[in-house]
Amino acid sequence: MAVLVRLAGDIGTAEEAVQEAFAVAAERWPGDGIPPSPAGWIITTARNRLIDRNRREATRDSRHAEALLLHAPAEPPEEGPVPDDRLRLIFTCCHPALAESARIALTLRLLGGLTTGEIARAFLVSEATVAQRVVRAKTKIRDAGIPYRVPSDADLPGRLTSVLAVVHLIFNEGYLTGSGEPVRDDLCAEAIRLGRLLAELMPDEPEVLGLLALMLLIHSRRAARVTAEGSLVLLADQDRALWDRDLIAEGQDLVRRCLRRNRPGPFQIQAAINAVHSDAPTDWRQVVRLYDQQMALAPTPVVALHRAVAVAEVDGPAVALDLLDDLDLDGHHLFHAVRADLLRRLSRDHEAVAAYEAALARTENPAEREILRSRLTER
Amino acid sequence: MKNYLLSIYQPQGPAPEPETMRKIMAELDVLRRELESTGSWVFGDGLHDPATATVLRPTGGEVLMTDGPFAEGKEHLGGFVIVRAPDLDAALEWGRRYAQATTLPIEVRPFATEAGG
Repeated sequence: MAVLVRLAGDIGTAEEAVQEAFAVAAERWPGDGIPPSPAGWIITTARNRLIDRNRREATRDSRHAEALLLHAPAEPPEEGPVPDDRLRLIFTCCHPALAESARIALTLRLLGGLTTGEIARAFLVSEATVAQRVVRAKTKIRDAGIPYRVPSDADLPGRLTSVLAVVHLIFNEGYLTGSGEPVRDDLCAEAIRLGRLLAELMPDEPEVLGLLALMLLIHSRRAARVTAEGSLVLLADQDRALWDRDLIAEGQDLVRRCLRRNRPGPFQIQAAINAVHSDAPTDWRQVVRLYDQQMALAPTPVVALHRAVAVAEVDGPAVALDLLDDLDLDGHHLFHAVRADLLRRLSRDHEAVAAYEAALARTENPAEREILRSRLTER
Repeated sequence: MKNYLLSIYQPQGPAPEPETMRKIMAELDVLRRELESTGSWVFGDGLHDPATATVLRPTGGEVLMTDGPFAEGKEHLGGFVIVRAPDLDAALEWGRRYAQATTLPIEVRPFATEAGG
């Protein structure tokens, strides 16, 4: 798809050419038989349609597009578009001038190859909503002139942040859905596939490697994270024998590669924290140091909350509880869950119950709700 | 090449202090010269207060005239610039510079017809 988008100059025209190619296939294949390489046949036919189209529209722009077509390799490789085209497409799909929901839908549709129905089910919105988001985004790309290219070096850091955020959001939606199933492995797998693609296309960007490592390390624990009955298991209680050692090794190796580059970023640090958690017993002092680094880079209340959890393991629950007092996270269920846990460890049972109830009131995820309820009934 | 409308939105209320205003005008001058020297300038100007506007509205064959702006709001269109740019990224970069110079929000919007030349 990406190679055709470059040849066509816009996404809509490329999609039309592919649809036309499928229509031709539906006509011819029943009589002529299926060609040896169906995908290659479709791409070549779509490409020829684009050449025809450009000949019909003898404007200056289309002559330019034709020049591009003529310089393109005669037979597109069967394994898919050349990497540069996919990279351009990712940056177009994740352009900051598009709404975040549109970026996610467009990325999953054009790069993940998910149908609008699949995207709709993943994000618990109607198929019409997703279709509308995709159409609206494509219209804006065309009419507003969002360029189809990899940003210049000067713009790359900011634009890359947007791309990585989209992939991370897709992963998080799979890892901890707002409601419904506790975990959606298909979305996690799709995010990792996109992460691998980015790492392959931009092997010198440490944050790209950091995000991939983070996703691999979290995903390595998926079998231990949910019981057969579908309830969540906290990290400390997980059966480490169920962890995927290959994914851990790959993730830890990526973390080491990032560290060597010495250009730390938020994803790399989160990956490093998860890498520490992957070795038993957890070196909590190291975890606190990494959170300190993350606070220095991007001080957010949520990071401070996670840091407090690590501090509790090093300096005890009372010190950690003091740290929570300064955080403005009342709407966040995790804040109340952490507070409840610290209060329980300090034997302040009444306050702990109230905090567990506050946490329960703020999450829809059934697996998380069950953990919180079981903590409440342990009293 | 495309033409983009850079709309400058400003809040109701008094203009900034003369000292601040002079600094803003000087920066806008620099920006305009840069747009002109790169062939990106099409047109631009500031507008008088919304109270000076007149609205004409067709109603049953007649055209009715009313005093004042089309819509009253906390913010209004204070001025605009039309730039010629190869793509949205280039237009957004000019928009970013106008936002910094004016300290006001800028809306960047493409014109429907391709710019010639």
